[in-house]
Amino acid sequence: MSENSPESSPRQLATDARDRVRFEEEALELSDQVYSVARRLTGSREEAEDLVQETYARAFRAWRSFEPGTNLRAWLFRILTNLNIDRGRKIQRSPDTQPLEETDYFLYNKLEEATPDGTPDERRVVERLSQNDAVSALAELPHDFRDVVLLVDLADFTYSDAAQILDIPIGTVMSRLHRGRRILKGTLAESAAEEGG
Amino acid sequence: MSGYAFDPCEKCEQMMQPYLDRVLSEEERVEAEHHLDTCEYCRRRYRFEAEFRRFVRLAAAEPMPPELKAKLRALRTPL
Repeated sequence: MSENSPESSPRQLATDARDRVRFEEEALELSDQVYSVARRLTGSREEAEDLVQETYARAFRAWRSFEPGTNLRAWLFRILTNLNIDRGRKIQRSPDTQPLEETDYFLYNKLEEATPDGTPDERRVVERLSQNDAVSALAELPHDFRDVVLLVDLADFTYSDAAQILDIPIGTVMSRLHRGRRILKGTLAESAAEEGG
Repeated sequence: MSGYAFDPCEKCEQMMQPYLDRVLSEEERVEAEHHLDTCEYCRRRYRFEAEFRRFVRLAAAEPMPPELKAKLRALRTPL
């Protein structure tokens, strides 16, 4: 066979190609999850599709910078969230100044109050919420909070993965998650009250 | 454990989200579960919170359009 230098030997090239193919396939297996979060980060299906395509285009170009054996899912989501920020999402007023409901049980208490017989089955209580309202409530969340809520509650990342993906301290992840979930519940309580009458 | 409230229900409320996130220490987890076993008020709210999370996850999930999957495959480096 040919006598190429070791660094560009056919064997080396073949190994390289095999690693790349494996990387691409593994990344593609995660595309449903990437799309799911992208869809909630953006206002429309078209925007979500663009964002996911951009994410994969960048990931495939940068595949050599991924360290095998580390968390590919977190690596992909980092590209996704960075690109989403680059899309120039709207600047919002500081969300830390928004007032919060004083108790985490607020939503349950409101729904229970509105139940005629009192002490309802918890599953039935949740059924009184509308999925569309939940999607709108997520869309209305201040972006910094929404990023964290989506990564932890939708994509199932740990606090520490979310911190690395968003490049923020873990304490910030925890406080944004706390506030984000509270705001989400507050918005849903309002929608339920409007609809339930 | 310092930083948590003294009233058991209030403390349970503060531990609820970390409990569901499975980030409590072993000692805190045992304490939270003991309280949930004995307190109907918090148990109801725990079941609701767990149900609520499932609900949000379900509401937020949207299947990827099949055409997009094909487009992503086309982005792979040609061999």
